[in-house]
Amino acid sequence: MNTTVLLSGNEAIARGAYEAGVRVAAGYPGTPSTEILENITQYETIYAEWAPNEKVAFEVALGAAFGGARALCTMKHVGVNVASDPLLTASYTGVNRGLVLVSADDPGMHSSQNEQDNRHYARFAKIPMLEPSDSRECRDFTVRAFEISEEYDTPVLLRTTTRVNHGKSTLSLSDPQEPVFGRFECNLQKYVMIPAYAMKRHVIVEERMIRLRELSNTTDLKAIEWGDTSIGVITSGIAYQYVREVLPEASVLKLGMTYPLPDRLIRDFASKVEKLYVVEELDPFLEEQIRSLGIEVIGKERFPIVGELNPKLVAAGFDRSARVLTGPDAREDMGAPTVPSRPPVLCPGCPHRGFFHVLKKMKAIVTGDIGCYTLSVLPPLEVMDTCVCMGASIGSALGIRRAQSPDDRRPVVAVIGDSTFVHSGITGLIDAVYNGTAATICILDNSTTAMTGGQEHPASGKTLMGAPAPKLDLAALARAIGVEDVLVVDPYDLEAVEKALRYATRTDRPSVIITNRPCVLRDRSQKPPKSSIALEMCTGCQVCFRIGCPALESVTADDKLRARINADLCQSCGVCVQVCRFEAIGRPEE
Amino acid sequence: MSTRTTNIRLAGVGGQGILVASEALCDALLSSGFDVKKSEVHGMAQRGGTVNSDVRFGPKVFSPIIPEGEVDLLLAFEQMEALRYLPSLKAGGVVIVNRQRILPSAVASGKLEYPAEIESRLAEHAAEVISVDGLTLAKEAGSVRSVNICLLGALSRFLDIEESVWESVLTERFRNKGLEANLRVFALGRGNTGTR
Repeated sequence: MNTTVLLSGNEAIARGAYEAGVRVAAGYPGTPSTEILENITQYETIYAEWAPNEKVAFEVALGAAFGGARALCTMKHVGVNVASDPLLTASYTGVNRGLVLVSADDPGMHSSQNEQDNRHYARFAKIPMLEPSDSRECRDFTVRAFEISEEYDTPVLLRTTTRVNHGKSTLSLSDPQEPVFGRFECNLQKYVMIPAYAMKRHVIVEERMIRLRELSNTTDLKAIEWGDTSIGVITSGIAYQYVREVLPEASVLKLGMTYPLPDRLIRDFASKVEKLYVVEELDPFLEEQIRSLGIEVIGKERFPIVGELNPKLVAAGFDRSARVLTGPDAREDMGAPTVPSRPPVLCPGCPHRGFFHVLKKMKAIVTGDIGCYTLSVLPPLEVMDTCVCMGASIGSALGIRRAQSPDDRRPVVAVIGDSTFVHSGITGLIDAVYNGTAATICILDNSTTAMTGGQEHPASGKTLMGAPAPKLDLAALARAIGVEDVLVVDPYDLEAVEKALRYATRTDRPSVIITNRPCVLRDRSQKPPKSSIALEMCTGCQVCFRIGCPALESVTADDKLRARINADLCQSCGVCVQVCRFEAIGRPEE
Repeated sequence: MSTRTTNIRLAGVGGQGILVASEALCDALLSSGFDVKKSEVHGMAQRGGTVNSDVRFGPKVFSPIIPEGEVDLLLAFEQMEALRYLPSLKAGGVVIVNRQRILPSAVASGKLEYPAEIESRLAEHAAEVISVDGLTLAKEAGSVRSVNICLLGALSRFLDIEESVWESVLTERFRNKGLEANLRVFALGRGNTGTR
């Protein structure tokens, strides 16, 4: 087989897993990692699943490796925080068969709440790390990562970034290895991490680090490209592509294995160039370690620590006369200031819209979570007061409630999506009931993991591989936890939403409201006639604009700003019909 | 074959089929023997926000994103988005712009004005501006949803790719869904001479 194809980094990692004979793959959706598992389902030799969260996903993959199957685990950078508990001890137990963890980082935060640099996890967990710089390397390094994992009996971190995951480049496909069926073999001192056994395993981890450093010095997962020796650049990942783009004449040491660092290789390279630079995105991860070898190096004083790099920023870093850029100006400087911005918005017909319109009237403190509904923080809705991490809406609502002074009577409402609730909201709800904290927890159930493009989850009724699955009953779960007031409402029915919110926020015990409309991008089945506005009845009050629906447009008629409905966009959810006080908006059949 | 890299930026609004168009473009370039890299961002940006995709080709491409100010061909699916990315166009670059307007929320609700005289502003900076009425042409071809393929046809006039390559790329991609209409709309876009 020798076909040249154009694949994204994510498609190439999936292909690499297939070629490496992976049998089990698990993950949780998160940009920019999601498409790896979506693509893996095309390979029939691999069992793949969405787990409820990254911790469970990693444990499934670890168990598979214990049990004798090569296993791949995928997640976005912040997902590794969730999976870090098993990860740090899996370093001690080792793996038996190969285990590769893909951490897809998001420098520049295209779709994330922070831009943490997960290279630190390799150091923290004392496991080897590979960093591909294009799709061919995504495939190659995935295959190599499994070999290293087995030879050194350790999980391997394959660290990528958005531009590598979502960038496409060419590679030739190779034939897949036949998946191997191993067996779980009892080995108490290796797999049961009680202190006495774990202490012995820690010694093994430290010995392994010494051998891994040797591998790092001798591996071919690197490239030394000699050019003009007045400038030497050490780099890795996507930054390598930018360096070669803007500095084709420089000498470059491109590292594919970035933890542990190849000390001898770096000393040798440094001794042959006049001036040594490190070009890396985010933290000075390579830079600080190189400096600790006693080598003088130029890094973060020339290349920004904030935001993602691009060819322009890398070029500016090498130009002494250029302004040293310290901020993430990559996106701002692309747009002309005269062009209105086009921020992401809730889709026309999104079931969240009406709910938030009503919630705004409650004058509540609203703790938010991670999902499409976080967009309700933007104008014109501006309903959300906090958003930290997956599941944080519930815990922080309870904390805010406990901190409120007796004269502060604002209700506290947590807003969380169905997939996020299953991911890490359930324990928060248990806390609310256990400790009797009067907060209202709203589960906006749209039957999918919407923000990442609509992935299945335990309450959606289907598996990643397309099989029907038992649908977790969120209302029954809330009742089983002990919530007395569980209200299920249709978010298109604003009156019902308001009634539920007024009731729930006035009780002195925890309450749950569940909205039950599927994501409008999922369910295209219902297409009733479009809503329309009778211009002569529109008074120009502009109240309908407060719901922020893209299908509502302004039009000037009789010198007045009035509303009009864009029929190409309208999904006939009927929210604007209910919002209009002058009955100017209606549906043809009404 | 030129030794330099050619840079194409596709820009528009989520839901316009930009990523499908850039996929088809890459297929055609790859079939023509070029090294190809493509970059785009998925996720939150697609909820009605700006979507863009960079396609670079040549004998050997490094960065998947186009260096600032190096865009040779800007294919804008929406007028305002053409203006947004105009500063990234290099001197002598070409803009192909779809006449469609999609209002961002602040404009739809009357808070901000949609930029005026876009085509003349484009013409000031670009060596050539090709204006395409993609929606009308797509309707004419019988496939309202194929505006993206119409624009790809308009772009194809500026690329040294055999017509037969385009045909096989489109056939591969649309074999099971509206192939005839997509071939027609591509031809209409390709035949578009940019009258404004």
